[in-house]
Amino acid sequence: MSADMIQAAFRGQTGGFDIDVAFTMPRAGVTALFGASGSGKTTILRAMAGLGKLEGSLQVGDAIWQDSARGIFKAPHERPIGYVFQEASLFPHLDVADNIRFGEKRALRAGATPPVFGDIVDQMKIGRLLDRAPHTLSGGERQRVALARALMRGPELLLMDEPLSALDRRGRDDLLGCLEALHREARIPILYVSHDSAEVARLADHLVIIEGGRKQAEGPASTLFSQLDFIPPDGRAEAGVILEARVQDHDSTMQLTHLAVNGQTMTTPAIEAPAGTEVTLRVKARDVAIALKKPEAISIRNILEGTILEIRDADDVGHVDVLIDIGGGQLRSQVTHDACNDLQLKAGTSVFALVKSMSFDGPGA
Amino acid sequence: MLMLRFAKLLLLLALLSGPAFAGDTRVAVATNFTHAARALTTAFERETGHRVRFSFGATGQLYAQISQGAPFDAFLAADQVRPQRAEVEGLAVRGSRFTYAMGALVLYGGNKRPVQEGTLATTAPDRLAIANPATAPYGAAALETLAAMGLLETYQERLVRGTNVAQAYQFIATGNAELGFVALAQVFDQAPTDYWLVPATLHRPIAQDAVLLTRGETNDAARAFLTFLQGPEARAIISRMGYHLPTAKGGASDG
Amino acid sequence: MDDLNIWSPILLTAKLASVTTLILMVIGTPIAWWLARSGSRFREAVAAVVALPLVLPPTVLGFYLLMALGPDGPGGMIASLYGARSLAFTFEGLVIGSVIYSLPFVVQPIRNAFEAIGDRPLEVAATLGASPWDRFWSVAVPLARPGFLTGAVLGFSHTVGEFGVVLMIGGNILGETRVLSVAIYDYVETLNWAPAHMLAAGLLVFSFLVIFTVMTLEKRWRFKREDRP
Repeated sequence: MSADMIQAAFRGQTGGFDIDVAFTMPRAGVTALFGASGSGKTTILRAMAGLGKLEGSLQVGDAIWQDSARGIFKAPHERPIGYVFQEASLFPHLDVADNIRFGEKRALRAGATPPVFGDIVDQMKIGRLLDRAPHTLSGGERQRVALARALMRGPELLLMDEPLSALDRRGRDDLLGCLEALHREARIPILYVSHDSAEVARLADHLVIIEGGRKQAEGPASTLFSQLDFIPPDGRAEAGVILEARVQDHDSTMQLTHLAVNGQTMTTPAIEAPAGTEVTLRVKARDVAIALKKPEAISIRNILEGTILEIRDADDVGHVDVLIDIGGGQLRSQVTHDACNDLQLKAGTSVFALVKSMSFDGPGA
Repeated sequence: MLMLRFAKLLLLLALLSGPAFAGDTRVAVATNFTHAARALTTAFERETGHRVRFSFGATGQLYAQISQGAPFDAFLAADQVRPQRAEVEGLAVRGSRFTYAMGALVLYGGNKRPVQEGTLATTAPDRLAIANPATAPYGAAALETLAAMGLLETYQERLVRGTNVAQAYQFIATGNAELGFVALAQVFDQAPTDYWLVPATLHRPIAQDAVLLTRGETNDAARAFLTFLQGPEARAIISRMGYHLPTAKGGASDG
Repeated sequence: MDDLNIWSPILLTAKLASVTTLILMVIGTPIAWWLARSGSRFREAVAAVVALPLVLPPTVLGFYLLMALGPDGPGGMIASLYGARSLAFTFEGLVIGSVIYSLPFVVQPIRNAFEAIGDRPLEVAATLGASPWDRFWSVAVPLARPGFLTGAVLGFSHTVGEFGVVLMIGGNILGETRVLSVAIYDYVETLNWAPAHMLAAGLLVFSFLVIFTVMTLEKRWRFKREDRP
């Protein structure tokens, strides 16, 4: 197998979950283990870490961490992983610096070369916190320290179990910023468990979708998200697409930023990112309306030209899903049956896609 | 009509409770006298119809309980000091005190070896068990015996002290001490070769006094029991159970 | 007169309690750890055995100890190695008795403290490369610190206050087995109330200070948990 892949296959029952999955993830970027609560994601993650035992196999590059058939099972402390739990779970008897150094010390003892303390501290923006006791930190601070602690042992695979779920909005934003920074450097593969499609859309390059302990789908995030039959595990209303965009310029008087999206321009309220920065936009299907002619005298600023690629009846709802090509990128729109008939939409129809709003996931958001 | 009914009731009570108008008494008894006291009960209850219940304990503890108002009518101590003191402190009825038994001291080796007069001099046990001489009369008598035999120097450092003779006996019976001084009352039913009865001349008498407590002054059963204790039947039982008999009423010596 | 030497029992008691506590920490910790973390079906049975001294009258324990320490028991076998007959009436015998008698007072608080840690901190340590032995010393022991404090203090003070067992296996030998509680008992029995008062009042003050210190320190030593934001 390829040295830059991680191959996992687990089956068995633990804690009421019946697991039977096999998936492959690249040894770079963020792979999301995506599924609703109770789908068995955490159980799989724990099996990857060796914290929970399932039958199966796990190969990371050339290293075999588990192969039940051959009786191989590396204990958690023998696996070069970082694990970030839902709750930061800092050691209450150690201050922040000693928490972070916990894994580093053991990595050094094992002859490994952990990252430089100061780099990680800067990256996680926790320099001010080093001599504080864990219980004096905010939720977001604690989780950043926990991430720093996991990174400081120099892991070959970073496992994260919904690290944002216990945080308030501010803590969430701070940590997401750090995660994105980490992602950009892209040195360590991350397996990220989440049930939140917004989070996944923002972070993940690769998706493994889990339902009822089984794999539903697997593939690059942008592809999976724009497939019309793809219903995100957290509900239909979140269906949408991810668009790659680049910051063109800023209009400081109007407090606006212009973005280039597949040769067309979109306008958003000003963001703090220098021109040229790559950003990710997430556009929900229900926020995209369709017009046959370019509308005038309308409040919507972002109107993109495109061609309908595919129309699909959604089950059980009075909507159809329309996939629109906008010169390379794709948008997804949800319109009523009625509207679809009126406008006589079909594959190949030229349309204008009216984007009512988008969540803006780039740095500085 | 009413009188008749009352008489019937009395008759019924009499039938239920034995020959006389039977009473009921609680007596505090020193532990070493346990077996003898139980043997006395049957004879006493059969003869008088009264009922007696015993509380067994170390003399010092019983005394402390009595001084704190424990519900005892009479007190059978293991020594003379506590009954005397009870009289002085008004806890007991003056003039009611008498010696009911004289303790007999034996040297005992726990049926592992025959024990004779010469055993102490010829064998040299690491540990010689005695009752605590400071608190137990048998312990004091044991020390006096050792002194009289000229062996106190030899054994001074090897003495292990039980709180009372019962514990000294346990030390020997479990083999933790090879030899020790205990009460004849503890071993009288064993083979006579297993113990050596220390002659009473080697130590001051171990007089055990009984006293009627203030609380039992008007209790017929208590008075009857103390009277019974001095009678020929009781004396025979006491003698059989491993005690010497006091020579006269009033205590062998008022030391 | 030997019997009025009040310092010997005090020093002896302090020595007995210190040695006993030390031994209890050493053997009580693995027992507490096993009881807190084992999935064995014998776990509660072992816990019950450890807890027995809580409910058994000291005389029962003392009696069995007397047999066990004697020439026919394991204690006698040990004693025969150096030419003695029995471990009863020796300081070593008292230590053995005290260790058994005070065991639940040490094991229970440490077990509770280990259980209160939960799995998570140990799992975190494992994912950071700490071996089981390493996790025990670097995470479990420091986090269970309040339990160790409570266990040590209870073990020490329970040994100081121990009476029934010592009385039964000690033989009341000055400087060897006449500990404080036995000395007090003797003074009371012999109506020597002045030294009895002195020792008893001292013990009372000591006990108060111990309990007060534990309560204060335990509160201060308890780690604050992370709370949700």
